[in-house]
Amino acid sequence: MNPTRKRRLSIVISIVAATTVAVSLTVFALQRNMSYLFTPSQVQEGQATQYPTFRLGGMVKSGSIQRAADSLKVSFIVVDDGGAMPVEYTGILPDLFRDNQSVIATGRMADGRFIASEVLAKHDENYMPKELKDAMAKAHDKRHIEAPADKDAAK
Amino acid sequence: MIPELGQFALILALLLALAQGVLPIVGAWRGNGALMAVARPAAAGQAVFVFGAMAILIHAFLAFDFSVAYVADNSNLALPWYYRITAVWGAHEGSMLLWVFILNVWSLALAAFSRHLPEPFVSRVLGVLGLIGVGFLAFILFTSNPFLRELPMPADGGDLNPVLQDPGMTFHPPVLYMGYVGFSVAFAFSIAALLGGELEQAWVRWARPWTNIAWAFLTMGIVAGSWWAYAELGWGGWWFWDPVENASFMPWLVGVALIHAQAVTEKRGSLPAWTVLLSLFAFSLSLLGTFLVRSGVLTSVHAFASDPRRGLYILGFLIVVIGGSLLLYAIRAPKVATGKPFAALSRETGIMVANLLFTTAAAMVLLGTLFPLIGDAFNLGRVSVGPPYFGFLFVLLMAPAVLLLPFGPYLRWGHAEGRHLTAMALRAGVAAIVCAIAAMWFVDGKLRAIAGVAGAVWVGAGTLAYVVKRWREMPAGRRYPAEMAGMLVAHAGIAIFLIGVMLSESLSTERDVRLAPGQTETVGRLQFRFEGVRETAGPNWQADEGVVVVLRDGDTIATLHPQKRTYSRGQVQSESSIDPGLFRDIYVALGEPMDAAHAEGAWAVRLYHKPFVRWIWLGGLFMMLGGFLAAGERRFRAKKAPAAAVAKESVA
Repeated sequence: MNPTRKRRLSIVISIVAATTVAVSLTVFALQRNMSYLFTPSQVQEGQATQYPTFRLGGMVKSGSIQRAADSLKVSFIVVDDGGAMPVEYTGILPDLFRDNQSVIATGRMADGRFIASEVLAKHDENYMPKELKDAMAKAHDKRHIEAPADKDAAK
Repeated sequence: MIPELGQFALILALLLALAQGVLPIVGAWRGNGALMAVARPAAAGQAVFVFGAMAILIHAFLAFDFSVAYVADNSNLALPWYYRITAVWGAHEGSMLLWVFILNVWSLALAAFSRHLPEPFVSRVLGVLGLIGVGFLAFILFTSNPFLRELPMPADGGDLNPVLQDPGMTFHPPVLYMGYVGFSVAFAFSIAALLGGELEQAWVRWARPWTNIAWAFLTMGIVAGSWWAYAELGWGGWWFWDPVENASFMPWLVGVALIHAQAVTEKRGSLPAWTVLLSLFAFSLSLLGTFLVRSGVLTSVHAFASDPRRGLYILGFLIVVIGGSLLLYAIRAPKVATGKPFAALSRETGIMVANLLFTTAAAMVLLGTLFPLIGDAFNLGRVSVGPPYFGFLFVLLMAPAVLLLPFGPYLRWGHAEGRHLTAMALRAGVAAIVCAIAAMWFVDGKLRAIAGVAGAVWVGAGTLAYVVKRWREMPAGRRYPAEMAGMLVAHAGIAIFLIGVMLSESLSTERDVRLAPGQTETVGRLQFRFEGVRETAGPNWQADEGVVVVLRDGDTIATLHPQKRTYSRGQVQSESSIDPGLFRDIYVALGEPMDAAHAEGAWAVRLYHKPFVRWIWLGGLFMMLGGFLAAGERRFRAKKAPAAAVAKESVA
């Protein structure tokens, strides 16, 4: 091989190597940090069993919020069209958290309860996926509860 | 009647934008001086009418004209006047008007400060800006008219989103848009160069100050947004990798690559096609940012609009702009001359490597931001990509950039000598290691903090060493030309930013606790005494205001008053209270009362101690300052750089 070809070959090889590394790292990072959203009924159907952590989206059941007497522990029930899931969380809830509010909790299942590490309420500082609105639209029709797509949220 | 005048003004502006977009470009193509002469008056006319429309909308807000639907939706009688002005860009329609307003500010500036450039070139640049104006003005008039009437007129309006009722919000959007829209000027220069088949690289020199200023404004806007999120959202975080933040960050990353690539093309004539491509990308990402934030495709706090018609229009607009400019690029770029050759070890190579890192980072952010959409489109399930994805890959990509950064100024154009590089690396490396070892005592062996100190000292010492070298070797007055001063200040900003990020991320103490009045909580060396809440009120809100006394070793160092506000329309918003300092912030925010019926009882309270957090924004401000400084380079203002100056720069 002449020097020009040799140089070109090494450039091509390094580009291929760099691309491979970049793509595999990206895929790795994506896989580790992708998180799926399920509604309580989907969780009860067993759709979420293969995911150690996932996001649970639904509406806070009216009157279900209970606080511990001596800590920041709070438990509430998240409902959707046909399911209900008890949720436990320790920490400060978002400003917009209240009864009949649509929320997304991130966490894992333990003993039939969802242990949340993070709770977001609608139009919170973090992003609220459109898919929850779609999922909640059904619940809204049936139960006449506040849907995430109302005027307040649209702002 | 007055709002209708605003409407007419927008229609006239659209017609003038059309004239500005078509006639000068045709004139430049045909060599018709009369048509080219239309550019400046048309730009001025468009600006007059757009400024008029803006003034009319502001007037409608100040005069409580609730017959205008946009005013009624976003303000009410209780809203103070200053927030009624910022409410102009508090939602979709007004933001679009702000976009066009700022586009016209840039067009006017360009029309005024381009007398030294060849007439056909300026005509093309102003023409492209006119066409962009057409796109946005038509968008406003057909899908998002802020002057739409609502009859019967409501007695009182809705409310501006309470999270936007903050001093940070008053100037974050305009400044951010100055950056976004500013990239349209770099874009227009590139398109004009492609259209004219400009063989000489002079146009890059003319484009450089504009690009630098736009990038500096974008930096300032992002810093302001980050500061606002920290102070206002009540979480004490400064960056969330939220799609809306990513939308402004992607053009910033490409902008970093662009301002460096422009330097290569201007001085050496190399990489011209790449520079053109980057300016197309930077503007496309700015448009995409507008699309992401404003179309409601990605619903987040900023997605005020959820009208699919608008999304469709912007999507079509994006396709025309990106597709059209890439097509033009494909046709014309092969004809662009290539510059001087360069060795493997040269400043060109260094900038190329940095360019690759920054564009890859932008692509990575783009993938993560759009992934939920891709997942949705291909029915992969309801997916979101968590912040660790961005954090992991971004650090991975930026670590080599930080490592290579101090070498930059030492690299010569064309062919660099390894001797200077090793000398610098030795000095900066020793300084970094010594400081990292010294830091171990102060940071309890936290690895991230130590890495942060080492990285910051590496960049800082390397940059400082170059400052000293110039001081020694160059005669007074020629030591730090504006361009170089800007580069050094911006690079120093990176060192400051690194300190801020790494130290505040690793050394912060964040404690969420339940506190009854009179109770004290200890966080590190600080004691926080909660003295209960009292009621207070503002112009359009009522609040429970907590009193938290902060003590260190028994001495009171601050009394903080975090609030839980309820606005006149019932929205709840926490207002954090911060005791600021150069070396640490003490940050307190109220959660909720443990018993909703007894506000006088125990509350959930966030107590944060954040060392060096301010350095994050300080570093950002240095980078911004660097951008502005570099734009002041005298060479950029000359019509033609003297050959001698070019030769001298190449060895500098």
